[in-house]
Amino acid sequence: MTAVDDAPLSAAGNPIGFGSMKRVEDQRFVRGQGNYVDDVNLPGMLHSAILRSPYAHARITSIDTSAAEALPGVRAVITGKTLEGIARPSLLGDNFAWMPTLSYDTQAVLATDKVRFQGQEVAYVIADSRYIAKDALELIVVDYDPLEPVMDAKRALDPDAPIIRDDKGFTDNRVVDVHGQTSWESGNAESTAAAFARAEADPDCVVVTQEILYPRVHPAPMETCGSVAYLDKVTGQLTLYTTSQAPHAHRTVYAMVAGLPEQKIRVISPDIGGGFGNKVPVYPGYVLSIIGTIVTGKPVKWMEDRSENLMSTGFARDYHMTAKVAATKEGKILAVDVDVLADHGAFNGVAQPTNFPAGFFNIFSGSYDYPDAHCKVDPVYTNKAPGGVAYACSFRITEAAYVIERLVDCLAQELQMDPAELRLKNLLRPEQFPYMSPTGWEYDSGEYEKTMRVAMEIAGYDELRREQAEKRARGEYMGIGISFFTEGVGAGPRRTMDILGLGMADGIELRIHPTGKGVLRLSVQSQGQGHETTFAQIVSHELGIPPEDIEVVHGDTDQTPFGLGTYGSRSTPVSGAAASVVARKIRDKARLIAAAALECSPDDLEWELGRWYVKGDKERGKTIQEIALLSHGSLELPEGVEGHLDATAVYNPPNLTYPYGCYICVVDVDPGTGQVKIRRFIAVDDCGTRINPMIVEGQVHGGLADGVGMALMELIAFDTDGNNLGGSFMDYLLPTAIECPDWELGETVTPSPHHPIGAKGVGESATVGSPAAVVNAVIDAISPFGVRHADMPLTPANVWRAIQGRNVRTDMAVE
Amino acid sequence: MQVTITINGEPVTRDVEPRTLLVHFVRDDAGLRGTHWGCDTSNCGACTLWVDGSPVKSCTMLAAQADGHEVTTVEGLEQGGELDPVQKGFIECHGLQCGFCTPGMMMTGRWLLDNNPHPSDGEIREAISGQICRCTGYKNIVKAIQWAADNPATNEVNA
Repeated sequence: MTAVDDAPLSAAGNPIGFGSMKRVEDQRFVRGQGNYVDDVNLPGMLHSAILRSPYAHARITSIDTSAAEALPGVRAVITGKTLEGIARPSLLGDNFAWMPTLSYDTQAVLATDKVRFQGQEVAYVIADSRYIAKDALELIVVDYDPLEPVMDAKRALDPDAPIIRDDKGFTDNRVVDVHGQTSWESGNAESTAAAFARAEADPDCVVVTQEILYPRVHPAPMETCGSVAYLDKVTGQLTLYTTSQAPHAHRTVYAMVAGLPEQKIRVISPDIGGGFGNKVPVYPGYVLSIIGTIVTGKPVKWMEDRSENLMSTGFARDYHMTAKVAATKEGKILAVDVDVLADHGAFNGVAQPTNFPAGFFNIFSGSYDYPDAHCKVDPVYTNKAPGGVAYACSFRITEAAYVIERLVDCLAQELQMDPAELRLKNLLRPEQFPYMSPTGWEYDSGEYEKTMRVAMEIAGYDELRREQAEKRARGEYMGIGISFFTEGVGAGPRRTMDILGLGMADGIELRIHPTGKGVLRLSVQSQGQGHETTFAQIVSHELGIPPEDIEVVHGDTDQTPFGLGTYGSRSTPVSGAAASVVARKIRDKARLIAAAALECSPDDLEWELGRWYVKGDKERGKTIQEIALLSHGSLELPEGVEGHLDATAVYNPPNLTYPYGCYICVVDVDPGTGQVKIRRFIAVDDCGTRINPMIVEGQVHGGLADGVGMALMELIAFDTDGNNLGGSFMDYLLPTAIECPDWELGETVTPSPHHPIGAKGVGESATVGSPAAVVNAVIDAISPFGVRHADMPLTPANVWRAIQGRNVRTDMAVE
Repeated sequence: MQVTITINGEPVTRDVEPRTLLVHFVRDDAGLRGTHWGCDTSNCGACTLWVDGSPVKSCTMLAAQADGHEVTTVEGLEQGGELDPVQKGFIECHGLQCGFCTPGMMMTGRWLLDNNPHPSDGEIREAISGQICRCTGYKNIVKAIQWAADNPATNEVNA
C-alpha cells in the first residue's frame, strides 16, 4: 500500500492530498453538459466544409468554383489561388496558401500546384449550413493530371521515384530537418559495430536480426477535429474555439501564420473528446476557419467528419525497422543496432522537440544493461498524410519499446530461453540509477526486477507455462507474452527541448482568496485526463486546503499563463511539478504572515498539513485559511512582504521522468482461423507517486485497449494507387468491449527523485508498453509452426498466413 | 417538411430538410447537445439515444423517420433532480474520461438494465459492443453499469 491511503478526508469526503477521488468533471459529462467545440454556436455563425483530393499525387490543372458559388446559401468558395492573393504581413511568407508545420516544414493550407496525398485540402466552402456547404463541394470541378504516387517508403528512395516536394526544390524524397540533416543517428556507431563483429566471431555468442514494421495507425479520438473562429473587426480580436491539446503554442503559431498580433488572439480549448496526440498539430482546417471569418466577417465553424479525420490528420508510426541484437549464448545482451526507414508522409508535420527529429526513439535500448547501442533513422516523404508523432506515443517511444521488446523475444526464441528469464538476466539493477543509457538518457529511478516479479506473481507465470505445455501436447495454441518498457516523459528541460523555438517549460498561477479557497490556472489542457481534479489534489497536498476548495482553470489562453500543452505524458511531470512549486511559494509566504500574526520568528514555525504552528507549542498556530484572511486584512506585514496570497511559477524540468512497467498477456490462438482471443492481460506500472490512483488506473486501462487495437486490428494501409484503405470506422477497426479483457492491474511505487512530489507521467505508458506484450503472446502461441515474427496488426488472416509460413506485408494492399 | 418529435417528453416541431439526420435534429434544432456525433458509418455509437424506448444510432436515422415518435436522450436520464443510477455508476466507477462516448454508453446501459436488471459482465460487454470508447478500455464502463444494477433507484422511473 502506498502513502496516498493515509491522506485525511475533507468535510466533503475527499482526500486532502493524494488518493482516489471522484472527478469534478464528471458532474457535467454524465448530464450531457460537456462543452465540446461542435457544441459552440455563436450568433450569426456560418458553417464550412473542405473539398479534398481523391488522388494521392496529381497536378491541379484547373478549379472551377462557379457552380458552387451560385448555390443559394453559399457565402464564399476559397481555393489555393484565393489564398495566394491574400497578402500576409508575417514572418512566414507573404500569403496564406502555405503554413508552417511544427517541424519547420511547410504544408499547403489549400493545394496550389499539386496534391500530395489523398484527402489533401483543395477548396473551402463557407455557407449558411453544413448541409449546403457539403452540397457545394459536389459542384466544384477540379481537373487533375495524375502522377505516380509514392506509397512505399522504400520506393521513395529509388533514384527514379517521382519527387514529391518539388515545391521546395528538392531533388529526392529525403526529409531535411531544420539543421539540414537527412539522417539521424544516436548512440555509438563504432563501439556498436565492434561489439557485433566480436559477437559474430565468437562461438559463444549469437546475433539475431529481424525486420520489424510498426505500421501506420491513427489516434482516432471519438471527437474529430474542428474549430469555431470569430474575428471582431472593430476590436481586432480573434477568438478561436478549437480542438487543441496546446492552446498557447497554437496561439503563437496563428500569430505567425496570420500575421495577427498575439495579444489579440484568444484560443479556447473547451472540453476535448480525446486527443492522444491527434490534436497537437495545427491543421489547414483551423487556419481555414480563421480565413473564413476574415473573409465573411461572421463566426465560422469547421468540423471535420470521421473520414477526414482518419485520412488527413496526424497519423502515427509508419516505422520500418531492421533491428539486430548481439548476446552471449547464456543470454547476456551485448549490443543492439536499429536501422529505421521512417515514412513521414507528404509534409514533415511531426510534433516533437526540435532537437529530436526522430522523437525519443533513441531510448530504444530499453530497460536492459548493456553498453553498446546505435540507431540510424532515415526519414522520407511519401504520398501519404502528414503527421507521425501521435497516438499516445511519448514522442515515438512506442516504436522504441516495441522494437526492443520484440527483438528480445526473437533472441529468447533463438536461444530457446524463457523470455522472462532472459529479461531478468538483463534488467537494470536498482543500484545503477540514476542510469545513463548508451544513447544519452539519464533514467531517474527504477526497481525493475521488483516490478517484473509482481507482474509474474499476479499472472501466475510458472503455472501459465505449465498450462501452455499441457495444451501444446493436446494441439492447442496458447501464448504468453511479456513486455518490459521504460519511457522518458515530461518534455522537457528548455535547454534542450523546444517546439518551433518555444521552450517546453510550463507556467502556473495560484490565487488563494480571503476565505481560504483558491483558483489554480494551468497552461496545460485536459482531453479527459481529469486535470480539474488531480491538480486541485496537488495543491491540497501542499497546502492542506480541501481539493473541493480549489477551482482549476485551463484551456483558455486569456485565462491561463503560457505553456506548451498536454501531450507526451507531460502534464504531471511538468505542470504537476509547477502546481507543487507554486503552492510551496504560497506556503512559504504564509509562514511569514503567520509569524507576523503570532509575533514570532518564521524560523520558530513548523508546518503540518494546512497549518503553521509554533515549535513546541502546537496549540499556537494559524491555519492556511486564517492566514489567507490575514494576508488580505489589516495585519502589519513584515518588510518586503506584499499583501494577498497569490503566486506564479514557471517550471523548467531538470530531466524527464522515467515511468516503466511490466505487462503480461495471455492469448489463445485458433490455428484453423488465425483468430486471437486475449484471455488475460496483467499490467504492473510504476509511475512514481500516484496523485489519484483511480485516474492512473483508468489511464492504464485506456492505453491497454489502444495496444490491443494496434496489435490486432488497427491499420491505415494503402493500395498502390494511393487510396487510403482505413478511411472510415468500417475499415479502421477499433477494439470494443468484446476484444478487451478484464484488465488485471498491479503497481510498484518508485518516486522520481527530481520531481517535487515524486510523480512520473503515466498517460501513455500502456499504449507504449502493451502492443509488444500482445504480439509476443501471439508469436509465442504460434511458434511451434516455426514463426519468429509477424507484423501488426495480427488479424486472423495475417496470423493464418504466418502459420502457413507466408511472408506478409501488412502496410500495403499488394495486387 | 414539418417534423414533430417528442424529446424527453416535450414535443419539438421544426421545419427541416427531408434529409436531416436525427442526430442533427436533436443537437441543432432541439439544442440538446449531450448526444454526440463521432462517425458517419454508425460504428462508434456516440450518437446513441432511444427511439420509443430502444437504443438507436441517431446518425443513421432521418429526423423524418422519427416524426411522431418518442426520443429520449442523455438529458432525459436525470429525473426530479436525481441522477439515474447509471449516471451515478459512471461517476462512482470512473466510467468516463473525455466524456464524449459517455451519453451513448449510458443510454445503452440504462436500456440494458431496464430489460435485464442483473446482467453478467459478458452481457454488458455484448450490449455496449456497438459503441467505441477510446479512453477507458471498457473495464470501468462495465463496472459502472454493474454498480447501477446493484444500486437501483428507490423510485425507479424507467421501470
